[in-house]
Amino acid sequence: MHVLDLDYMLGLLPILLGYLPLTLEMAGAGMLAALVLASLLAVVRVQRTPGLNALAMLFISFFRGTPLLVQLFLFYYGLPQILTFLVAINGITATILGLTLHFSAYMAESIRAAIVGVDRSQTEAALSIGMTQGQLMRRIILPQATRVATPTLMNYFIDMIKSTSLAFTLGVTELMGATQKEAASSFLYFEAFLLAAIIYWIVVEILSWLQRRLEKRLNRAYQR
Amino acid sequence: MIALHGITKRFGTHSVFEDIDLTLEQGEIIVVIGPSGTGKSTLLRCINYLETPDAGRLTVGDLSLDVTRASRREILALRRRTAFVFQNYALFANKSALDNICEGMIVVDGLSKAEAHVRGREILERIGLADKANAYPASLSGGQQQRVGIGRAMAAKADVILFDEPTSALDPEWVDEVLSLMKQLALERQTMIVVSHEMQFAREVADRVVFMDEGRIIEQGPPDELFTNPRDERTQRFLRKVLANNPVV
Repeated sequence: MHVLDLDYMLGLLPILLGYLPLTLEMAGAGMLAALVLASLLAVVRVQRTPGLNALAMLFISFFRGTPLLVQLFLFYYGLPQILTFLVAINGITATILGLTLHFSAYMAESIRAAIVGVDRSQTEAALSIGMTQGQLMRRIILPQATRVATPTLMNYFIDMIKSTSLAFTLGVTELMGATQKEAASSFLYFEAFLLAAIIYWIVVEILSWLQRRLEKRLNRAYQR
Repeated sequence: MIALHGITKRFGTHSVFEDIDLTLEQGEIIVVIGPSGTGKSTLLRCINYLETPDAGRLTVGDLSLDVTRASRREILALRRRTAFVFQNYALFANKSALDNICEGMIVVDGLSKAEAHVRGREILERIGLADKANAYPASLSGGQQQRVGIGRAMAAKADVILFDEPTSALDPEWVDEVLSLMKQLALERQTMIVVSHEMQFAREVADRVVFMDEGRIIEQGPPDELFTNPRDERTQRFLRKVLANNPVV
């Protein structure tokens, strides 16, 4: 049994940190796209838009009902066989696409619950002064739903950051992929993966701290 | 002028009211009284299209529409000519008192934020909450919230303000400040229809009191007449019951 090789870990740290931006970029892009898609899905579900509602339900059901890894393989290895223009899709794009579709399905349901949770009488009040459905959504409902949904959405974001590690299975050298390569050449698997775990952990802790500050800010209007 | 002709509302097969006629002149103050569950609030909500009437014609100012074929545009136009004060205040929880009042002016009437704030502050002054401009609903008392609710309705510059039991959700200590604001509006001849159980208010402020029971307008008249000499037996019975506990002077 060997003792933890701290020198190796210290030397590895800057190398692995060099791959952190790609991890964060994939998660950031995926989160932004997922937020937009999830909000649209949620509004369609709440307003029961004919036709679109059924499609939204099917979409949510599929992307919640299948593993993210299966979806990534489907997009990256499977779809290009059928839709040939997708042959050029690279692993990073496929990962962002997969994260977006997968997480938007979950987020749509939390946003929908948050929208439904806004006191019905405020809807009536907005309509009573002549606001349109769109104005009501944008100015009254969504800002309040955002506050309710934020903790859950932040949790999905954290989950998404960790899920970017699956990009490694599509041949993307991000934090996880880089760790795997380094470990394979040094044979110090424990040190390498422990370091990767610590980096993910610290990133998530920083985000949790930001989440608490954000929630405090959003709750300001509701303090008695 | 506000006019309801043959307004009918059914929930499924159950008819809330049939064929209601009611006309108000500009500056008239009407208080609608009657037992609970007789369709008073539903009638008020129909005038603002918060409930869709099943038949009849609604006229507010220069707008007149057949409720069975009202377009979305007409409904918006109707809502812009009417304002509503809710029993539970229904303030926008994400907006300060000032922004609650200004929201409609900015979004619906298209005023600039600066113009709206000037008018909004005037209204806050009139409702006695100038110092609460930046307070959020959660930090206001029930009475203050309802005054902001009334301020929001005032800001709409509507032809008529519809009050749906504006004091019945309030703790007793806040009722007076809301009623006195409504009296102030009445003195300024703001046209209003008030559904209320406040008999003293009806007696003092109404030009006309309307008594509804079982989905029908049973009788209406000046408060002096209706309170002292109700003609219909149902009105007599209702007034005996409510005035026994709270005599109106």
